[in-house]
Amino acid sequence: MGVDSHQTHSRHAWLDTISRIWAWLFLLAMVIFFSLAGEGFFTAFNLQAILANMAILTIIAMGQTYVIISGGIDLSAGWVMGMAAVISATVMNRLPETTPMWMVVLSGLGVGLVAAWIAGLVNGILIARLNVPPFIATLGMFGIARGIGFLLSGGMPVPIYIKGLGFLGNGFLIYYHPSAGWSLLAPPAGLAQADLRNLTGYFPFVVIVMLALLLVAHLVLSRTKFGLHTYAIGGNKEAAMRAGIPVARRLVSIYMLSATFAAIAGLVYNVRFTNGAANAGEAMLLDTVAAVVIGGASLFGGAGTVIGTLIGALIISVLANGLVIMRVNPFWQFIAVGIVIIIAVLIDQARAQFAQE
Amino acid sequence: MSEQNATREPVLRATGLIKRFGGLTAVNDVSLDIYPGEVVALAGDNGAGKSTLIKMISGVYRPDGGHIYLEGREITMASPLEARGLGIETIYQDLALCENLDATVNIFLGREPTKRLLGIFKQVDRGHMLAESNKVLERLDIKIPNLRRPIRQMSGGQRQAVAIARAVYWNARLVIMDEPTAALGVPEQRKVHELVKTLKAQNVPVIIISHNMQDIFAVADRIIVMRRGQKVGDVRAAEVTDDDLVSMMVGAA
Ligand SMILES: Nc1ncnc2c1ncn2[C@@H]1O[C@H](COP(=O)(O)OP(=O)(O)O)[C@@H](O)[C@H]1O
Ligand SMILES: [Mg+2]
Repeated sequence: MGVDSHQTHSRHAWLDTISRIWAWLFLLAMVIFFSLAGEGFFTAFNLQAILANMAILTIIAMGQTYVIISGGIDLSAGWVMGMAAVISATVMNRLPETTPMWMVVLSGLGVGLVAAWIAGLVNGILIARLNVPPFIATLGMFGIARGIGFLLSGGMPVPIYIKGLGFLGNGFLIYYHPSAGWSLLAPPAGLAQADLRNLTGYFPFVVIVMLALLLVAHLVLSRTKFGLHTYAIGGNKEAAMRAGIPVARRLVSIYMLSATFAAIAGLVYNVRFTNGAANAGEAMLLDTVAAVVIGGASLFGGAGTVIGTLIGALIISVLANGLVIMRVNPFWQFIAVGIVIIIAVLIDQARAQFAQE
Repeated sequence: MSEQNATREPVLRATGLIKRFGGLTAVNDVSLDIYPGEVVALAGDNGAGKSTLIKMISGVYRPDGGHIYLEGREITMASPLEARGLGIETIYQDLALCENLDATVNIFLGREPTKRLLGIFKQVDRGHMLAESNKVLERLDIKIPNLRRPIRQMSGGQRQAVAIARAVYWNARLVIMDEPTAALGVPEQRKVHELVKTLKAQNVPVIIISHNMQDIFAVADRIIVMRRGQKVGDVRAAEVTDDDLVSMMVGAA
């Protein structure tokens, strides 16, 4: 091995390191900046709000992580989420009033999942069996899910009239009140309306759900055969096939997994905003792809992690929150996220180019 | 053919293999025997039918005529995967590795060992993969500093070594290599030659397709020469020169 190739290798390793840690540094820098410059940024209340607000984005982005690692993209996930949210809302409304809450939630989730799975299955079959490029197949599904969502809801959000559902979506595991003390799952009993202002909650339910899903998504991706095969397919599909990996079956599962996360995100939307809107996930496409790519995934496939995606989602959410706190016009957020995506993609490309040399 | 071989059973025997593409007969009535621990070079001009012949033996093409026997038993293969299952491992020119994954994963790709975590969660057993990879690489006398690096960061020779280690780990009974040194520099070519010799020392026969006379004379015991789909020569490497081979390949002799 000559000096040249040694230098190339160490430069490559250097670039690899940069591409792995820049997002962490960027996030850290942002948190420090907003903490110093923004009034009320670094408070338990605000930090929890950031996490709760990013739950839906993060859940969809987990599915997108698998898809992008496999070398594809799911443009339809946001609209599949909206469609599932409409269907879940409609079905939950029709349940008898006496239905216990866990049954309500499970029924909503169940029907949302079935609808989303059909979409995911169609995506998967088009891509894996009929060799339609992922961009085209999921763009088609983007339109179909959008149309179905609006048709079923008559173009308007479906309000959900179930008592206690909103509490589930906006509640906390623990509450604290300066005079009434601590309590679990619900605010301390007997507080007057005026006293509620001093109430603080810790560990929002939706954040707990998000973290649980992150843990599962991370373990499956990093430790199971399914996860490993996702990387292999994205790295070299031909090699994966020759090695005996059931590539088509895996791809169908990956698109169905993305649909699964979309349906769960739809239900989170249901309980958080007590309605189901066909366009609930309209703004999600840019942000989910951004989160995944900022998190170190390669749009060429074969690289990415769930933890990286979490960092990407955090960057987007902290940016949005921080700009509001700094009283910057919120439209700047789109520009900022756009710039961060481009930086991420440039780093990815530099790394890919290097790998070819 | 030497006395010794005459008394031994060939690992692979092919008789009367034929493959046609439309009106073209790419391989025309070719028979060959491969003995244990033998390195056989397959030489011939471009388009002579070397790759097509190999693809019949590795399950890519179904022959239009002829028979293939592995250790005395006739075999038919519907896919390369079936051939691998039978112990016929082919190392393609493009290696078929996942560059984004590390050497251990590549060695086990598609056949990953698993263990249960807390009795339920079935996870890939990376520790086992690493230990086994180390063993097989040691057996082949291959040194790769950090097995957990993606293949992408390895040299061409190291990648070739990983591909060979994969074949050997899965107890190949026959290893086929299609132009293994085509993309390598001279020192790396030498490394591949050593690997072929190591396989030979472990009694695994190797069929190696090559254009490169240096390759052929460095490793081959026997040379099969093809021209226009036919076998035109089957000679001991020690008994011929470069010039003899070239004449056979172009049909001047
Ligand atoms: N899949 C195929 N379809 C049609 N013709 C083919 C195919 N593969 C090989 N051939 C033809 O068969 C002949 C032998 O090719 P090949 O086995 O690749 O030769 P070699 O490997 O010795 O260069 C060539 O004339 C080639 O054009
Ligand atoms: Mg060839």
